[in-house]
Amino acid sequence: MDHNESRVVKVTEERELAEAIREATGPLRIRGGGTRTVGRVVEGVDLDVSGLNGIGLYEPGALTLVAGAGTPLAEVEVALAAEGQRLAFEPADWRGLLGTGGAPTLGGMVAANVSGPRRVQAGACRDALLGVRFVDGSGTVVKNGGRVMKNVTGYDLVKLMAGSWGTLGVLSEVSLKVLPAPEAAAVLVLAGLDPAAAVGAMTAALRSPYDVTGAAHGPWGTLLRIEGFAGSVDYRAGRLAGVLAPFGEVRVERDGAAVAALWRAVRDVAPFHGGDGAVWRVSLRPSDAPGFLAALGRNGIGADAVMDWGGGLVWTRVPDTGDAGEAVIRAETRARGGHATLMRASAGTRARVAPFPPEPAAVAALSAGLRARFDPRGILNPGLMG
Amino acid sequence: MEMPAADTRVMARTSEIVAALRAVLPADAVIDDPAETRAYECDALTAYRCPPLAAILPRSTAEVAAALKVCHDLGVPVVPRGSGTSLAGGALPTADSVILGVARMNRVIEVDYDDRFIRVEAGRTNLSVTGAVEADGFFYAPDPSSQLACAIAGNVAMNSGGAHCLKYGVTTNNLLGVTLVTMAGEVIEIGGAHMDAGGLDLLGLICGSEGQLGVVTEATLRILPKPEGARPVLIGFTSNEVAGACVADIIKAGVLPVAIEFMDRPCIRATEDFAHAGYPDCEALLIVEVEGAEAEIDEQLGLIRQIAMRHDPVEFREAASEEEARKIWLGRKSAFGAMGQINDYMCLDGTIPVSSLPHVLRRIGEMSREFGLDVGNVFHAGDGNMHPLILYNANTPGDLERCEAFGAEILKLCVEVGGCLTGEHGVGIEKRDLMGVQYAPADLEAQMRVKDVFDPAWLLNPAKVFPLAASAGRRGV
Repeated sequence: MDHNESRVVKVTEERELAEAIREATGPLRIRGGGTRTVGRVVEGVDLDVSGLNGIGLYEPGALTLVAGAGTPLAEVEVALAAEGQRLAFEPADWRGLLGTGGAPTLGGMVAANVSGPRRVQAGACRDALLGVRFVDGSGTVVKNGGRVMKNVTGYDLVKLMAGSWGTLGVLSEVSLKVLPAPEAAAVLVLAGLDPAAAVGAMTAALRSPYDVTGAAHGPWGTLLRIEGFAGSVDYRAGRLAGVLAPFGEVRVERDGAAVAALWRAVRDVAPFHGGDGAVWRVSLRPSDAPGFLAALGRNGIGADAVMDWGGGLVWTRVPDTGDAGEAVIRAETRARGGHATLMRASAGTRARVAPFPPEPAAVAALSAGLRARFDPRGILNPGLMG
Repeated sequence: MEMPAADTRVMARTSEIVAALRAVLPADAVIDDPAETRAYECDALTAYRCPPLAAILPRSTAEVAAALKVCHDLGVPVVPRGSGTSLAGGALPTADSVILGVARMNRVIEVDYDDRFIRVEAGRTNLSVTGAVEADGFFYAPDPSSQLACAIAGNVAMNSGGAHCLKYGVTTNNLLGVTLVTMAGEVIEIGGAHMDAGGLDLLGLICGSEGQLGVVTEATLRILPKPEGARPVLIGFTSNEVAGACVADIIKAGVLPVAIEFMDRPCIRATEDFAHAGYPDCEALLIVEVEGAEAEIDEQLGLIRQIAMRHDPVEFREAASEEEARKIWLGRKSAFGAMGQINDYMCLDGTIPVSSLPHVLRRIGEMSREFGLDVGNVFHAGDGNMHPLILYNANTPGDLERCEAFGAEILKLCVEVGGCLTGEHGVGIEKRDLMGVQYAPADLEAQMRVKDVFDPAWLLNPAKVFPLAASAGRRGV
């Protein structure tokens, strides 16, 4: 362990959070559930915000939920399920992938902008985020957005905070748009496709009007998901099977538990749980995914891959040695337009290889400028994003 | 509403500024003849007008960059303009500013159906984005009422919405990337045809920043396959409260219509007189539209009918044909025009939690009597985005001021119940001085810091969004 109890500051109210940041004399390592250990390792005092918890407001008829940033995601999911609703962006649980314990929190989910397979149809975590309260690096409480569906009042710092990994401010409260959970779901499965054929099948499905809510490829085969009212799912599954027929034999899975288990495995990148190896997460144009994987193959890596978002998201596992494939992966990503993040690697690799993608100079200058103004002392997860 | 006085030091150098712009732009791209600059003196918030020092109409990102560099180096404020349809005064110039219009940049750069995006120059109109892809079965989802005229540049600046965003989201949810030119003339690519940011989400920050962070010259937009079909129903109710309760029940039941539109009696009356859509004579009506194949539509509308029946509707009218569907939408789509026939009007845009609809509508009715001004309500009920239309007479001295005071009270009410000042039109100058109602000084300071990063000299659209007193030090006043 690189820290002990005396180096943990635990807060249970926003006011205490602001005070803790104002009084900090050095770097703070922001901690919710401690499940998303991504990025450069930060040395500093742990600032534990899991005490900022509790659902403050949930209006099913308005599709909105407001909760403390430390609220366990599981607690929110239970509350939503009781009303037949859910977080549409399908936030992933990375504990299996990253080998972490603890309980994922809303704040961590937002700070990492964690979305799952349904991102391709329902948008990302940032798209469902309606409002935030946070404390900036000076210890000032800031609110932005609110709890209504449409809000263009002033700048959208809500989006900026999503995916900022605690480097611009520490979230204290988040407001989320929730959606009805569907009555039924089905998954269409194609077996034995190579990456190019798989992306072809997923593209055909996503180009159709049948409202596909998941399109992934991995050890399970190629998966296409349909959700909605039962009659509608049956109808669209039938039509979609016709669209997919040229790609091979289509099996349709309608059992609710089996469908949920399959997509949980996709969402949490189950094929890479446990074992060795560094894991990269790459965002690309979907049609570029097969070429990207082929290019990795020419360099002896990339055979171990899972595609989600119709090919727009590639997870690949490589040996955790040397640069963990960084030079090749970054070059092949850059050549196509997109970005790659090193999600899992040993501490040694994460010290050598910048986990987050380097930005072009002009963009990097803007990012640095924002960090300097929101965290002038550079104490919030400093260096985590590179 | 006040605008800052023009900077006389800038005005004194008008000929130098125009000459410097002419040196980097084609002759027909620089307009300084007062007879012609008058065309740029206002946007759709016509109550406020001021001709700019000059207007420039570049044809490329390189020309935009060159012109911005000139203005930057000479310290001249720049007001970006798409099609000038802002209802919030987002494109209102000051006398010492240069209007930068992107209307000539309207090409389609790339269409990719496999990756489901289109890349366009930002001057292209919203409707013509869909126009470029609809023959192939695709569409661009955000559909502001002004979509025939409004430009993608303005949509990105204001994060525009529309009637169908309950299902498809607003501009920011459909924007994948932009080419941004900073005030210093630097060209920056943000995002692209892939999803999500690798670092900080600058794209999310730029969308909705009202032309204050940079000039967007190109945009990559998500396009979607068109649904197999769509069908609206019209449901009439005996009160606003009952209609509001029906909206909440529909949403809770798990149906997600593409649109739920609401009209109250004054609006129904006005549109009937104007468009003769055959609407029932009732206190409130909803237009609910669902999508899918025939059988799917039947299933969803069956559920909506069940829910509506619990609220004793005075009418439940399902479109049995294209023509009937058109008639159901006709009144809604002509509502603004119909209200405009009666009088001048001011259109508000506050958004509230759907659960507060009945309370807010009742309070607006009470305030209407207090202020002695009629108001009609027509809005996107599914997401709580209200559009109260306050009627006034621009030729009656004091009427505009009374109307603005009434509007401010409505917006304060929206914030009070947990909503916001503007759901899709933007702050501009119209809501600028009310920002303190929604945000504390520290909240505004955090937003202004962002502008400090992108535009340290505060030259881009400087007198908008933030109360003038709050931004004074930064604007060099």
